[in-house]
Amino acid sequence: MPLASYQTSVPVVVDDAKCIADKGCTVCVDVCPLDVLRISDMTNKAYMAYDECWYCMPCEADCPTGAVTVNIPYLLR
Amino acid sequence: MALDQIVDGLSEVSCDVLVIGGGTAGPMAALKAKLKNPKANVVLLEKANVKRSGAISMGMDGLNNAVIPGYATPEQYTKEITIANDGIVDQKAVYKYAQNCYKIIEELDSFGIRFLKNENGDYAVKKVHHIGTYVLPMPNGETVKRALYRQLRRARILISNRYMATRLLKSADGRIAGAVSVNTRTAEMLVIKAKAVILCMGAAGRLGLPTSGYMFGTYENAANSGDGYAMAYHAGAALANLECFQINPLIKDYNGPACAYVAGPFGAYTANNEGSRFIECDYWSGQMMLEFYNELLSGKGPVFLQLKHLHPDTISEIESTLHKVERPTRGLFQQGRGVDYRSESIEMHISEIGFCSGHSASGVFVDDNARTTVPGLYAAGDMASVPHNYMLGAFTNGSVAGIDAMEFADSHDFAEFDAADVVMERDRVMAPTKREDGIPPNQIEYKTRRLVNDYLQPPKVTRKYELGMRRLAEAREDMQERMIARNAHELLRALEVQSIMDCADMAAHASLYREESRWGLYHWRTDFPEKDNENWFCHTLLSKRDGKMTSEKRAVEPYVVPIADDEKDLYDKQRIRASA
Repeated sequence: MPLASYQTSVPVVVDDAKCIADKGCTVCVDVCPLDVLRISDMTNKAYMAYDECWYCMPCEADCPTGAVTVNIPYLLR
Repeated sequence: MALDQIVDGLSEVSCDVLVIGGGTAGPMAALKAKLKNPKANVVLLEKANVKRSGAISMGMDGLNNAVIPGYATPEQYTKEITIANDGIVDQKAVYKYAQNCYKIIEELDSFGIRFLKNENGDYAVKKVHHIGTYVLPMPNGETVKRALYRQLRRARILISNRYMATRLLKSADGRIAGAVSVNTRTAEMLVIKAKAVILCMGAAGRLGLPTSGYMFGTYENAANSGDGYAMAYHAGAALANLECFQINPLIKDYNGPACAYVAGPFGAYTANNEGSRFIECDYWSGQMMLEFYNELLSGKGPVFLQLKHLHPDTISEIESTLHKVERPTRGLFQQGRGVDYRSESIEMHISEIGFCSGHSASGVFVDDNARTTVPGLYAAGDMASVPHNYMLGAFTNGSVAGIDAMEFADSHDFAEFDAADVVMERDRVMAPTKREDGIPPNQIEYKTRRLVNDYLQPPKVTRKYELGMRRLAEAREDMQERMIARNAHELLRALEVQSIMDCADMAAHASLYREESRWGLYHWRTDFPEKDNENWFCHTLLSKRDGKMTSEKRAVEPYVVPIADDEKDLYDKQRIRASA
């Protein structure tokens, strides 16, 4: 069966202006228990690549520039 | 995306003691093993990152089961847990925990983790359990992981993050020989030879589906997909009392604790829609959960955690704990719904099912030295069978496991495994990456967990279980023949689904084996509604024999601390009776 992708609104939001992933920072990607954050090849900023979030907060708490915000996933908001 | 591209590779390393899982029990086990023999190599393998992995990723508000001289005795605690667990307890391990945990508290204190003291400088222990007093708040509980990590670095433990262990290796004579693992970002495989292995891989928390429908909105850290249970099973280790499910009372939809252990000592309580109390005690037991379930269905629900009668300053104090540690997004969630604890009660619900000895009793069978039934293989924390363990149990029994495992490693050489086992495991792990077309892991997982909810969630009905097992077998066939993973991250999820499927099968098998009802809601079988002490006052051990899942009875070890007849059913009397 062929695969389709469907849209999902992801809970973790990164402020590109504050994110310093382009300077080599990978803190949020490193600490995430579910390993759902990645650095974008296009923008060189962190973003949520997989909607598999435990809304647990290490990414937000450990970000050195306050660029990461964890929201409650829509389905349980 | 370079990070998740599949790289073909297989390498091998060796160590004296391998600890799998870097959450709570794991770091302590690794530390104690290394301190026992500083010359030995200790590897701590972690699927995520030890800095922020496991149930205490964001810290913990306190100790739920601290046995502190002057407040409680090991005898009293052992008695309480025996009664709370309906008598099915090998007390030796619980008693040993109760004797050792105070030393661990002092040690955690020396790591920089603080515990609440009163004006006299004594520990300010609170009462939540039915009988004794064991709850000790941790004012800087958000720093637990950081404090542990410092100790690991200082002791020079070798930490390997982002490696998921998939199967254990054994020698022909049945001794542990190591483990196979896979890098979760490259799919490269790593074989780790070890003289002793300690499993600290947490609960099986991604078994049932949360009612929100969000697959990762579980009570347990969603990374805890039951990999330890599955690995122990495939290695031939026995698993105890898996039918004693974990089911918890949680904030509805958010699916985290409300949390009565924090708020209860300040005067908060669980109430129905009429504002009345209906349970005697907020301590999480199966009997309490049954009353919770009954209340929800009685028409007197919803059920709430009632705080609004407290002084605003008290509420602020509770709030600052609830919104800072363990699950800090609780504050964000309530804010989003416009719920202020000062004017509105917290709506609660029942969690999905899981395995977790930390709160119930379902775990890999271990003795009082944390030894499993496989020589050289240990287990500690939420996945090991010492009941009602909580965080302090994970630390204390992790410590026991670390010391005993290093003694084992010091007196044994490496066991030899068959190279063909590694080849076979590599083929199994990589199979979903070899297919051009198929079903993605998220769909197999959703279906499996939806079936768990539909068929396995209590009340347990034999006919439903039989149907559920048929549906699960169909899903398993899809998983084995058709599952597809297009990158290393999807492979991680594909491997986790296989653990989840194994746990679902074990949950069904273990539940059908015990033909009685016990532990309140955790094992409520409608076809056998009564507790049957004559035939079922025993553990059940599930294991893999000749490739097949089997269950057997195991006698409860003679009690170290006797329980009087009139004490045995104290936890059965949870419902508040109407008084004249």
